[in-house]
Amino acid sequence: MRHKVAGWKLGRNTSHRRSLLRNLVTSLILEERIETTVPKAKAMRPQVEKMITLGKRGDLAARRRAAAYLMTSAAVDKLFDTISPRFGDREGGYLRIVRSGWQKGDGAEKAFIELLGSEKVQEEKRQKRAEVRAKRAEETKKAMEEAEAQANAEGGVTTESGDAKE
Amino acid sequence: MANPKRRHSQKRTSTRRAHDALSKHSLSECPNCHERKMPHRVCPQCGYYKGREVVEVEETS
Repeated sequence: MRHKVAGWKLGRNTSHRRSLLRNLVTSLILEERIETTVPKAKAMRPQVEKMITLGKRGDLAARRRAAAYLMTSAAVDKLFDTISPRFGDREGGYLRIVRSGWQKGDGAEKAFIELLGSEKVQEEKRQKRAEVRAKRAEETKKAMEEAEAQANAEGGVTTESGDAKE
Repeated sequence: MANPKRRHSQKRTSTRRAHDALSKHSLSECPNCHERKMPHRVCPQCGYYKGREVVEVEETS
C-alpha cells in the first residue's frame, strides 16, 4: 500500500504548484540559499536534485530539459557550469534544510534550504551585505548630522525637538 | 429538537478539561551560547546551528 507518500500539494492546484516549484528551484540555483517554509523546502528538494542530475549529465538534451523547467537561462548556465561540477562525487543529498523559526502572521515554520558547499558564496554575500549596511548607516548618519546642523542654524524650538530625539 | 435536560455545572466542565492541559515543549541547550533553544533548530540568540553560524542575529545595542 502506498499510503501517505503522495508528496506535498501545498494548497495549490497543479499549475500553481508547478509554477511555485519552478520559481523556488530557479531562485535556489541562482542564490545558493533561500529562506522559505519547511513544506515548500521539502517539496522543492526532489526537483532541485533532478536538476543537478541533469547538470551532471551535461549534454545538450539535458541542457534543454533543464531549460524547459528553470525560469531563466542564467540559472541553466549556472547549474551546468558551476553547481553540478561541485557534486561530481556525490550521489544525491545535495541540499541542506535548516529550520530557523516561525513566520509572523501565520506561525508557519521557516527554514533555510541551501546547496552543500555554498559556504564560501554565503560568506561573500554576507560581507557584501555588511558593506552595504555600513555604507547606508554612514549615509544616514551624515544626513542626520546635516539636518541637525541646519536645525541648529535655524535655532530656537527645532533644536529642542532634535535634542530630544538623540 | 433534542435539548439538555439538566444544567451543566461548572464542575463538570472543569473536570472534563482536567486532561486538556498543554505540555511545555522541551528545550535543549545551545552548544555555542548556552542559551536554551528548541532542538533541531537554529539558535535564535546566536544564530548558530551544528557548529557554524547559519544566520546573522542583530545585536541589540
